[in-house]
Amino acid sequence: MPKLARLALIPAVAFGLAAAKAGPISYTLPEETAAFKPGPNVEVAQNNCTACHSADYINAQPRNVKSKKDFWLAEVTKMIKTYGAPIDEADVPKIVDYLAATY
Amino acid sequence: MLDRRELMKRAGMTALATGFGSARAFALETVTLPFDNGERPLVNYPQKRPMIGQTSRPPQLETPFRIFNEGPITPNNAFFVRYHLSDLPFDIDPDKFTLEVKGKVDHPLKLSLQEIRKLKAVELVAVNQCSGNSRGFFNPRVAGGQLGNGAMGNARWRGVPLKTVLDMAGVQTGAKQVTFNGMDGPVSDRTPDFVKALDVDHARDGEVMLAYGMNGEELPFLNGFPLRLVVPGYYGTYWVKHLNEITVIDTVFDGFWMKSAYRIPDTPCNCVEPGTTPAATIPINRVNVRSFITSVSDGTKVKPGRIRLKGIAFDGGKGIKEVAVSTDGGKNWTPAKLGRDLGKYSFREWSLAVNLAAGTHELKVRATNNAGDTQPAEARWNPAGYMRNVIETVRVTAA
Repeated sequence: MPKLARLALIPAVAFGLAAAKAGPISYTLPEETAAFKPGPNVEVAQNNCTACHSADYINAQPRNVKSKKDFWLAEVTKMIKTYGAPIDEADVPKIVDYLAATY
Repeated sequence: MLDRRELMKRAGMTALATGFGSARAFALETVTLPFDNGERPLVNYPQKRPMIGQTSRPPQLETPFRIFNEGPITPNNAFFVRYHLSDLPFDIDPDKFTLEVKGKVDHPLKLSLQEIRKLKAVELVAVNQCSGNSRGFFNPRVAGGQLGNGAMGNARWRGVPLKTVLDMAGVQTGAKQVTFNGMDGPVSDRTPDFVKALDVDHARDGEVMLAYGMNGEELPFLNGFPLRLVVPGYYGTYWVKHLNEITVIDTVFDGFWMKSAYRIPDTPCNCVEPGTTPAATIPINRVNVRSFITSVSDGTKVKPGRIRLKGIAFDGGKGIKEVAVSTDGGKNWTPAKLGRDLGKYSFREWSLAVNLAAGTHELKVRATNNAGDTQPAEARWNPAGYMRNVIETVRVTAA
C-alpha cells in the first residue's frame, strides 16, 4: 500500500493543462459495497474470487441463460485457464453450484 | 503486484469479513437498464458525476444515456470507464512519469511527460467506444460486462502523434507490430497483463496519438492519466490507459489480449448464427456504423403534433453521410439534418422535426457512412457480445 496521503477528492483545478507541474496525484476508489449473496458454499466462492474482482462482476451477469450450470462452469473455467486463478479442483463444483443456485 | 491481504486492505474489504459492507453507501439511487438483471447502482467516484456502476473492482462505469443528448462532446466527468485488471496505479507523480520506447528501434527512449508536452501537439475529436458496448441487449445473452448503450464517449483529444515518437526512436527494418502496455496490471502474476498491439504501419499513420489532454483538461485518472493511446476509429480496447511502455517487435504479438481475447468472427458481417461458435476469428478492429435517438427514450409519452427528434451518429472514420429517421417502424424513412462536422471520427449530431399523431409510434434511426456502410435491421450476434449496431428503435406514445 503506497504511503502517500490519499485525497478523497482530487480538485479539478489541479488538472489544469497549464499547470504541468501539478505534483503527485493520488486516487482513491469508493469503498467496495457489493457483497456475495448468501448461499451454500458462499465462503468458497468468496475466498476464490475476491482477490481479483468485486462481487458485482457476478451479480450483473444474465440470469436468462439456457443452462446456468453451463454458464457458470464456463466462467469458472475461464478464470482458471485464461486468468490463472489459483482455484483448487475440489472447489470448482462447489463454486459452480453456488453460482448456479444463487445467481 | 499486490498480495491478497494487501488487496483486501486496498479495496476496503474488511467489511466483507463480517458479511456485508455498508450497502449502497455510495449509491444515490439505482437505474435499470432495459434487459434482464439490468439494475445497477448510480455511483459517485472522484472526478466523475453520478455514473452507472457496472463493477467496483476494477472499476467500470457507464455513462447515463441522457448525457448524449447534451451535445456532441462527452464531458470528462461523464466519460465511461473500463478496466480489465485490478492493480491500478493509484499514485502517480507526473514529474517522475516516463514513457519507454524500446524493442526494434535504433534509439530506445525514456521520455518524461514534460518532454512529450514539448513536442508539436495535435488535436482530434474521436469516439471511444467499448467493444462490448450494448452487450446486455444480446440475444441469446453472453457473459461479460452487461452494458447498456453508454460505454462510449466523444472527446477532443490532445497529444502528439505516435509517429513523432516512433520516428525519434527510429523503427528498424523488419518491424511488424508495436505493443502498448500501461501502468495498470493484474493482481496475480499468473494473469496476463493487459497489452495490445497495432501493425507498425497503423501505428505510424500519423493519426494514432499519445494523448495527455481531453476536452481541454488533463485526462481524468480513470480515463488513463497521465497518458493514453488514442486509436481513432478503433474500439476502445486499443486505447491503452496509463501508457508507459511501447515496444516495437518483428513478429505478430501473441499476448492473451490479442491472440485469445477481443476476437471477432472472421466472416463478412463479423457475426455468426446466434449461439454458435465461429470457425475462425480475427482481432476486433474498426468501429461499425451506429446511430441513436437521444432526445426521447423508449416508453416515453409525448404531446401529439410536431416534435423535433435529435440524436447522434458515428462510424469508424469514413464519416457519416446520411442519417434517416422512420416514425412508422421502418416502412418510410426521411433524411435528418446533420449537425456540425467535428471530424470523421466524431459523433455527428442530427435532428429532424416529425409529426406524431395521437397513438403509439415506433421511431427508428439509421445512419450510412461515406463508404455506404449502414446498420442492419436485425441484430447480429457473436459469442463475445461485441460490435452491436442494429437499427435502434424507440417506442413513444403521443397522448
